Amino acid sequence: MIGALIVRDIRRGFTGAAWLPIAFFLLVAALVPFAIGPDAPLLGRVGAGVLWIAALTAALLPIERLIEPDRADGVLDQLALHGLAEESVAFAKIMAHWLTFAPLLLVAAVPASALLAMDGNSLLQTEIALAIGTPALAGLAVAVAAVTAGLPRAGSLAGLLLLPLAVPLLIFAIADAYLLEAAASLLLTAGAPFVAAAAIRTART
Amino acid sequence: MTLLLRFEKVALRRGGRLLFEELDLALGAGDALQVTGPNGSGKSSLIRLAAGLLEPERGEIERSRLALSDDHPALDRELPLGRALAFWVESSLAAMEALGLAQLSDVPVRLLSSGQLKRATLARVAASDAPLWLLDEPLNALDADGAVRLVSLIEKHLADGGAVLAASHQLLPGNWRKLELAS
Repeated sequence: MIGALIVRDIRRGFTGAAWLPIAFFLLVAALVPFAIGPDAPLLGRVGAGVLWIAALTAALLPIERLIEPDRADGVLDQLALHGLAEESVAFAKIMAHWLTFAPLLLVAAVPASALLAMDGNSLLQTEIALAIGTPALAGLAVAVAAVTAGLPRAGSLAGLLLLPLAVPLLIFAIADAYLLEAAASLLLTAGAPFVAAAAIRTART
Repeated sequence: MTLLLRFEKVALRRGGRLLFEELDLALGAGDALQVTGPNGSGKSSLIRLAAGLLEPERGEIERSRLALSDDHPALDRELPLGRALAFWVESSLAAMEALGLAQLSDVPVRLLSSGQLKRATLARVAASDAPLWLLDEPLNALDADGAVRLVSLIEKHLADGGAVLAASHQLLPGNWRKLELAS
């Protein structure tokens, strides 16, 4: 069942709006040269930070479709009746979200780095840091989606909840402290299914 | 007789209001029980308690494997009905046939009417191999033909040693024990 759920969520991600956060990510990267001027050395210096800000904001876009539609439609209830623990459901959703989000993001970072006049080395470092950090972003997105599911204005609330929790990832990623970033990522990724599961159970009426 | 569902001195509180307390019920093979009562008396909540989706305030509930049909279709709207049902049950063909949905197998779920969706959620229950069926307002949106098909499915399930707990404010056709919830 858990495998079927991952496959289903990946299919829904790709037939739905998986490209939207990626387009948003590229758009933010494209805005920066307009905002601070076509100064290649300056752009190259801020490039990594810009890509991370773009990635964090892009991670907010899909939050409202991660949990709420399945809660409102009774899918979460039926999964529970099929004997799937809420933790497993959350894990499957994190896995599927990561698979529809992270690979596309890593690919999109290449053209985005060109827009920001980043050199190859700086791109490589950002790609490594994004690869380490994206599981945590997926976990945070699903956990925050579960916590805000069914609330009015869930989208704006989700941003306020998710972005502060992503700060450690951002700090370690920009400092090229990959081990510390991996530790933070592991903590967030491992904790997220339990937070999401508790939220799903509590939201049941 | 093996019990498929047992409530013992169950109390349920929703939104600070005690909906019922000291509720006992037992369903064994071949039992059909209809929960009746006015709107807001806790019929749906009782079904969700039985399903394990709500926790009782007090008391104990034991349940066997079960299948639930309520107002939430839980079917992927973009998929054809046959594939959407296939996510939940291994073989839905016979159940779709029994509920008159066979010719809708290739129609996307989003195009179905509410009555057809209701039939689809009942087909998911019928196609499951669960001995206990929980039906929340099974007649909602169902036409006369649908009701007749549902009744014959329920009779077959009871004859096969299953049990059915249904909540409805309407009179369900067939031979049901009644449990009246006060408002």
